[in-house]
Amino acid sequence: MSTQIRNVRGLLGTKLGMTQVWDANNRVVPVTVIAAGTNVVTQVRKVETDGYSAIQLGYGEIPGRKVTKPQAGHFAKAGVTPRRQLVEIRTDDADSYEPGQELSPDLFTPGEQVDITATSKGKGFAGVMKRHGFHGVSASHGAHRNHRKPGSIGGCATPGRVFKGMKMAGRMGGETVTTQNLTVHAVDAEQGLLLIVGAVPGPKGGLVMVRGAVKATKGVTA
Amino acid sequence: MTCGTDEEVNPEMTNAIDAVDAAALRSDVPAFRPGDTLKVHVRVIEGTRSRVQVFQGVCIRLQNSGVRRSFTVRKVSFGVGVERTFPLHTPIIERIEVVTRGDVRRAKLYYLRSLRGKAAKIKERRDAPKGA
Repeated sequence: MSTQIRNVRGLLGTKLGMTQVWDANNRVVPVTVIAAGTNVVTQVRKVETDGYSAIQLGYGEIPGRKVTKPQAGHFAKAGVTPRRQLVEIRTDDADSYEPGQELSPDLFTPGEQVDITATSKGKGFAGVMKRHGFHGVSASHGAHRNHRKPGSIGGCATPGRVFKGMKMAGRMGGETVTTQNLTVHAVDAEQGLLLIVGAVPGPKGGLVMVRGAVKATKGVTA
Repeated sequence: MTCGTDEEVNPEMTNAIDAVDAAALRSDVPAFRPGDTLKVHVRVIEGTRSRVQVFQGVCIRLQNSGVRRSFTVRKVSFGVGVERTFPLHTPIIERIEVVTRGDVRRAKLYYLRSLRGKAAKIKERRDAPKGA
């Protein structure tokens, strides 16, 4: 168990899409717009009661009829309206949060680095060139109908089988991806928007989790 | 972590992006078309002080839309063709002046690149033709 104390700040949000804005030096900055308003603390996990320290965040609207009885009771206990998504963020300063507390994007400051976790876009059944970045086979020099094939996948009689984990074609995307050290360009607390420099995993309308950077190279650390 | 809702992409999403775009857009851009001769007043920062430089030439293309809209101005300087592409909404442009309006039949005037002198001249556009 790590003895290092890490106070993680995190928010759930919706990826709205990308656009561009001008920075202070009049240069174009590509930004991803994330709507991260109305995050609410639904539960605080403490070492004494739960064995670990974390906060549980609720995000997103949901009609009351879609909430199950156990969930409704859970939200009622925290004294908040039901939310669509629930996620826990492990943080050592969970004591400083209270159930029912609302978190807004101004948790983050412009220029700060963040890690963003989301489910990547599904790419379907993809070949080895797309899925694993293989170089394929020559376009010419006698190559025949094997331009995008993987080539050899192992020996012959020794070992007499293909090793487990061999990189092959298959389902690609639709997995949890974290992009680290993205810079926050601007925070609009009024509209609940975060502008993040560069691309963020997942489709438009997808759920994203924004957390302070674990390996920040500049600015405020998590 | 579960994926987002399965519902249709709601209009609030595009509205929020439009609002972000609106802040980056300029409202003081004059209407012009390819073929028009423009004076683009560009702010140039040299060390600590900035001054305004004028780039005058023919607009040979307008590209993209919204905040990404850009235009290209071509001029012939000491016998050498010079083209400069600006984002339409960039803050480095102090102002754009339309000097003359040109009468052209194409949206992209790339043919001007292979023409020299009088052949590269663009006829001026006249509003409200007699027949109208």
